[in-house]
Amino acid sequence: MAIRIHALANPARFLRFARRALPWSAALAVLFIAVGGVWALFIAPPDKHQGESVRIMYVHVPSAWMALFGYVCLAGSSAAALIWRHPLGHVLARSAAPIGACFTLLALVTGSLWGKPMWGAYWVWDARLTSVLILFFLYLGHIALTHAFDDPGRGARAAAILALVGIVNLPIIKFSVDWWNTLHQPASIIRRDGPTIDGSMLAPLLLMILGFTFYYFTVWLLRARAELAALRTRALKLRLLAS
Amino acid sequence: MNSADRLECRDLACLRGERLVFRKLALSLAGGAALRLVGPNGSGKSSLLRLLAGLGRPAAGTIAWNGADIDGDRDAHRARLLFLGHQDAVKPWLTVAENLEFWSALHGAPAERAVSALERVSLSAQRNLPARFLSQGQRRRLALARFAAIPARLWLLDEPTVGLDEASVSAVEALIAGHCAVGGLAVVSTHLALRLPGEQTLALDGAGAGACAA
Amino acid sequence: MKSAWGGGFGAMLRRDLRLALRQGSDTATVLAFFVIVVSLFPFGVGAEPQTLSAIGAGILWVAALLAALLSLDRLFQADYDDGTIDYLLASPAAPSLIVLAKCAAHWLTTGLPLVILSPLLALLLNMPAAGFPALILGLAIGTPVLTLVGAIGAALVLGARRGGVLLSLLILPLYIPVLIFGVAAVEAAATGRGAAPHLLLLGALCLAALALAPFVAGAALRQAAE
Repeated sequence: MAIRIHALANPARFLRFARRALPWSAALAVLFIAVGGVWALFIAPPDKHQGESVRIMYVHVPSAWMALFGYVCLAGSSAAALIWRHPLGHVLARSAAPIGACFTLLALVTGSLWGKPMWGAYWVWDARLTSVLILFFLYLGHIALTHAFDDPGRGARAAAILALVGIVNLPIIKFSVDWWNTLHQPASIIRRDGPTIDGSMLAPLLLMILGFTFYYFTVWLLRARAELAALRTRALKLRLLAS
Repeated sequence: MNSADRLECRDLACLRGERLVFRKLALSLAGGAALRLVGPNGSGKSSLLRLLAGLGRPAAGTIAWNGADIDGDRDAHRARLLFLGHQDAVKPWLTVAENLEFWSALHGAPAERAVSALERVSLSAQRNLPARFLSQGQRRRLALARFAAIPARLWLLDEPTVGLDEASVSAVEALIAGHCAVGGLAVVSTHLALRLPGEQTLALDGAGAGACAA
Repeated sequence: MKSAWGGGFGAMLRRDLRLALRQGSDTATVLAFFVIVVSLFPFGVGAEPQTLSAIGAGILWVAALLAALLSLDRLFQADYDDGTIDYLLASPAAPSLIVLAKCAAHWLTTGLPLVILSPLLALLLNMPAAGFPALILGLAIGTPVLTLVGAIGAALVLGARRGGVLLSLLILPLYIPVLIFGVAAVEAAATGRGAAPHLLLLGALCLAALALAPFVAGAALRQAAE
């Protein structure tokens, strides 16, 4: 009960966890990205049809996964804040949104760069890229809503509801975009990652995904810590000004 | 109709934005009495009334009606109260009567009471006048008419007599007195002269701590 | 308690309809916007009947979407500004019922006129005759979804800076499925393939929106009043 007053004035447990987890998370991120990156760029074989340009996949696919994973984390934090009234939920949500948005942007840019050598165009409206684009809009909307209010608490609460609406709508949007794509695109379009991913490509891809995930957690913890410090500072300032 | 209704708050704290408006606030009000809220601007009088009306949750503490935490049954709590805030919620393009009938129907109150309610706030003559022709004081009286038209055990009034003339202030005093006489409770925030039955006062001192009600 | 159901819903619906009819310019403005946006396209893409016929369904649906979006701010904003929302939330009426009643009034005075006007505009765009029933039915099922999902957005941006623009950013991505199925229905009908699957999907969206959106928008209203 008492935790509700100045709800985040002393989130000691989370900060202790963050202090212990951060070095591990960062180290694992560096490890997996380094190993996966070297494997992906130099050791893994080039694709039969696409040649060397397939190596963009090792950044594009993990980014797209992280974009989705990030939104799930965002929705989870929002649910914790709204449904279970956990005071840390809003802080985690606010910290998570920009990271996910950046991964989404990275997925879009790498997808675009991959498209040029493959299909000669920097953008094609295929199902996955289009879904990622819509996901980007959802992220932007969330961030905009968070910052649209003079009272940051109000922004956090509104954005939390929006995140939950978004996560429910994501499958619907994905389904409808796939539907739309099959109506408008001929079936002969080669799927970007091929009908099956060869084993030699799968391992570095998984390493990159793991690396990106640990990177996500690292940045998320750092941002959450910074957010808590900012909250503390604001509360102290207010108390000083009021007395 | 239980004349021994009781409204209690314990250790109540309120956060407005990131500002702690008050903490450790306690009050106890029994049926048939009115509580006057006083305090400087920003001390949380409006915030307290809003919490009592169920608009938002307290940062800490409990509000209890007849011993039961209102958190357990918010619907029942809303059914027993009437709230008047700073604004009048008068729709300019509806007539006076239509404005009141809407609230009456929303609360499930009998339609005949709305007619007599307009008389008690001296707006009978204007009942078919579009509300956009009303003066400020008349709009306030229309907002207050809800209290005459809708039966409720708990009245929460935030500065009810601002902008009203003497005769209207007396009408409001009569309204509250009549309500308390049949065992109703009233919490009224006001910095103007207003006679309330059962002189209880809660002073919010604006420094974050609340004084117990007399 | 009667007031929580029939009384509250009916009173809210009657009041909003009355207000919309007395301040009649809202409906007219939305319809005018619909017509003007549709009329822009021949200037933009050329007035060739074949071109217009090929993209007509898309133009009509996008224009309907934008018109619905434009009209959303009058769903809650006026009530928020004059304190009505606070009193509504402090009344025994359930927030979801209030939202449902407001959405019903909003659709009757915004969505339904769009549906009625759409065949006329479809003529302007040289839409094949086979597409007309799918267009009208699709809009009839889809516009309530636009109102209901839009209500969530409208409730979320209450009190925000630049709420109108923000609302577009929030709501338009959520409108995309409705757009996809609505246009697909018309194009399927126009090419003789049968619009039923698309219309059924639209119907599913409508039912889901009816079931869920009022609760979410009600929760958003409560957040706005905190």
